[in-house]
Amino acid sequence: MTEVAINPTPWQPVCQRSDLVAESGVCVLAGGVSVTGPSTPRRSIALFFIPDSDPQLYAVDNWDPIAGAGVIARGLIAEVEGELTVASPLYKQHFRLRDGQCLEDPEIRLATYPAAFDGDTVVIIPMPEPT
Amino acid sequence: MVKQKLIVIGNGMVGHHFLEQLATRPERELFEVTIYCAEPRPAYDRVHLSEYFAGRTADDLALGRVEQYRDWGYELLLNETAVAIDREKRLVTSASGQERSYDRLVLATGSYPFVPPIPGHEHGKCFVYRTLEDLDAIRAASENARTGVVVGGGLLGLEAANALKELGLEAHVVEFARGLMSVQLDEGGSDVLRNKIESLGVAVHTGTATELIEECDGRLRMQFKGGRKLLTDLIVFSAGIRPEDRLARTAGLELGERGGIVIDEDCRTSDEDIFAIGECALYQSRVFGLVAPGYTMARNVVAQLCGESASFTGADMSTKLKLLGVQVGSIGDAHGRTDGAAAITFVDEQHGIYKRMITDAEGSKLLGAVLVGDTSDYDQLLQYHLNDIDLPEHPEQLILPAADGEPPALGAGSLPASATICSCHNVSKGQVVDAVQGGCCTLGEVKDATRASTGCGGCSALLKNIVDEELAALGMEVNNHLCPHFEFTRQELFHIVQVEEIRTFSQLLEQHGNGHGCEVCKPAVASILASLWNDHIHRRPHVGLQDTNDTFMANMQKNGSYSVVPRVPGGEITPDKLIVLGQVAKKYNLYTKITGGQRVDLFGARLEQLPDIWRELIDAGFETGHAYGKSLRTVKSCVGSTWCRFGVQDSVAMALHIENRYKGLRSPHKIKMAVSGCTRECAEAQSKDVGVIATENGWNLFVCGNGGMRPRHADLFATDLDDETLIRYIDRFLMFYVRTADKLQRTSVWMENLEGGLDYLREVVIEDKLGLGEELEAQMANVVGTYQCEWKTAINDPEMLKRFRQFVNTEEQDERIVFVEERGQPRPAREAEIVKVAEPA
Repeated sequence: MTEVAINPTPWQPVCQRSDLVAESGVCVLAGGVSVTGPSTPRRSIALFFIPDSDPQLYAVDNWDPIAGAGVIARGLIAEVEGELTVASPLYKQHFRLRDGQCLEDPEIRLATYPAAFDGDTVVIIPMPEPT
Repeated sequence: MVKQKLIVIGNGMVGHHFLEQLATRPERELFEVTIYCAEPRPAYDRVHLSEYFAGRTADDLALGRVEQYRDWGYELLLNETAVAIDREKRLVTSASGQERSYDRLVLATGSYPFVPPIPGHEHGKCFVYRTLEDLDAIRAASENARTGVVVGGGLLGLEAANALKELGLEAHVVEFARGLMSVQLDEGGSDVLRNKIESLGVAVHTGTATELIEECDGRLRMQFKGGRKLLTDLIVFSAGIRPEDRLARTAGLELGERGGIVIDEDCRTSDEDIFAIGECALYQSRVFGLVAPGYTMARNVVAQLCGESASFTGADMSTKLKLLGVQVGSIGDAHGRTDGAAAITFVDEQHGIYKRMITDAEGSKLLGAVLVGDTSDYDQLLQYHLNDIDLPEHPEQLILPAADGEPPALGAGSLPASATICSCHNVSKGQVVDAVQGGCCTLGEVKDATRASTGCGGCSALLKNIVDEELAALGMEVNNHLCPHFEFTRQELFHIVQVEEIRTFSQLLEQHGNGHGCEVCKPAVASILASLWNDHIHRRPHVGLQDTNDTFMANMQKNGSYSVVPRVPGGEITPDKLIVLGQVAKKYNLYTKITGGQRVDLFGARLEQLPDIWRELIDAGFETGHAYGKSLRTVKSCVGSTWCRFGVQDSVAMALHIENRYKGLRSPHKIKMAVSGCTRECAEAQSKDVGVIATENGWNLFVCGNGGMRPRHADLFATDLDDETLIRYIDRFLMFYVRTADKLQRTSVWMENLEGGLDYLREVVIEDKLGLGEELEAQMANVVGTYQCEWKTAINDPEMLKRFRQFVNTEEQDERIVFVEERGQPRPAREAEIVKVAEPA
């Protein structure tokens, strides 16, 4: 008989703290079939680690809908009028890290995901946060 | 509608300006325009004719272009000399016998060089200095010659003497009058000029009349009044110009006593349907032998033809120029011939500087001035003169070296709106003010909009003054701050980083900035840190500062994959290395394309493939090409004297040397260079930031060119340099650029925004006016000495390699990067094609 978790948790471990790069982004592949929680579609998610901000960790879609390429994790972190954003490496639009909003186009928003540290493990919920 | 037939005879600078001005008018449609040009090519820049010897080609000097005239709807008859005008029948007849009728006729026949009727002047080794063909003939004659003599010590004569000197001849100037440039200079100024020119190795014989020229053992012997003789191999006559009025004479138009077609304020001749403009015209018994008055006449006639009123009432003949490297300026009544004129003179014999102001009897207005050896006061003095501005209480301060600090500056505010700021393009202060009020916020934008200061550049300081003052008046703060996080210009930040020896972005942000930084300041500071300390861009504190291209040391393409460009210095590559490039491309299924910079670009590498690709390239001896960086890209070269029958120097060896020296230099923007092995210029060096062109005697250095969206020809910076001097100048030029340019400013824009422009740059680099030379060289030596191939370092550092993971939690690939094949190579799939691929068959 297969063991099933009694209290299924949506949080998925995706990588270690040491995989992150401070003041910059990395990309993880999340979702898929889960034995500990609900199965979700596989997605590329960009993780940004900014040690002296609050929160320290941000997770947004890696797919840049304007460029049509999975490149957000490779953008530069830029503070624009007090808000932390990531600038797309292809066409340089700014996306706000806390809610994914594109500052240049009000119609465009990247999905964001809950992310946190569990000790030295980075965990996320691979379901988009409600807007 | 029947068009009026307009014939223009003569296609020199003024004739061309007339046609160019007419072309900008809608009224041009009213005319059927025919142009007679006696020369084999349309108009070219005669003012800069001498640069033909310094490497400029006929094409570089061209003003009118055949295609351009065609686009304007003009009919251009090249090699066609008009020989007769029948005013009764309104017909022009050409040398080939063709007749054409006109309604309106414009004579722009220019002038011809005056050759004094000395017996023997028709000898084959006697030349004049007027056309490109003349220069070709002089160059050919100089090949087996030792000595050259210029007859005439005026402005053009000294130009010609310089040319002979540049051709490697022992140059002599023979002048009938007592002094050099006697039209523009007084005795004192002329004497100082003579001393300077003699110290440069040109022999000057003033007060000397030539009586006979005869052949003597295959050379020419000049016999002077008083019995002296001089042996020479060639003679250039440059004893002044005469209006080319023969056609007008045979047509019965009124001429001046000593020639010149008489015109009125409308530039009309004695026949109301015939105009005359430029050096062939005579207004109030004067011929205007400068280009600016000719341009004014041309614009005047265009206005008349368009039904507007305009008038030519003479022109200011003030000039500023550099002759044989000596600065000379002459304003207004230089000789003090006005009644009651008084003079103030300053002479510095040690440095060869002569300055003289001519004022009215009260000392309140400036009538004229002579400047030799130092023309830095010219612009200001000219404004006093042209605008009749009251002189300050102690006018002598205007020409005396300032004892402490700045000399008294003429505020831009004291100039009337009508004051001419740029005489090359006839731009008034009012036009500059309008441009600023119309939204131009930088010097560069104002130059673009008005063309002010884009000719000789002499007015740049004054122009900047006006722009700044106007911006301030509009309440606009001139903000060159890097970004909201640093209230400094890039230049100021560079200085701070250097002086305080700041090594990291966070340190700089903490001490001199605010917030977290952004995509503007992070790469800019990273570049400054790299220029100064040359750390690996992936060292911990610098991670997160770079654009993706610098971060992954490759160029991101539209689908998120990267292209890889190994360095191929000078474009020289062995067959073995070429094979390796092919093998690597094949193995990783990369699209290959030859770049404009003579290298091979490999496209379509996935992020995680980059280290493997580079490991193979480095094993084969390749280095990173920095195609991703704001840094030196390539040094393009032609094959040079090793193989080419025309080459005069080994351009490939020089390109290799230069590329290997400056590779890895981080700069405010990308830098491109090229080296050509002869003046045919196959490496297109004149479109580069640094262009080097071989000469018989060394190298000509060109700077501040670029291709791209706003192409710009490079400017000739220095000539006939030896290898060592060439490198020294490039060292200084590049480091000065790195230190003082704004973020993302190419060398061309940087130079245009430098107060003083190219001349200032020459003063800094060549004359070392700021005393920075050694420091700049030392800084460059440090960059050169600490060079590392960033990729070589990266593939040997596991920490750095961790960055090259598509996903940090799996080895899977990004399945949304899809390629399809086209013309036998991969290319990124289009959106529709990706869906197809994703769907199960």
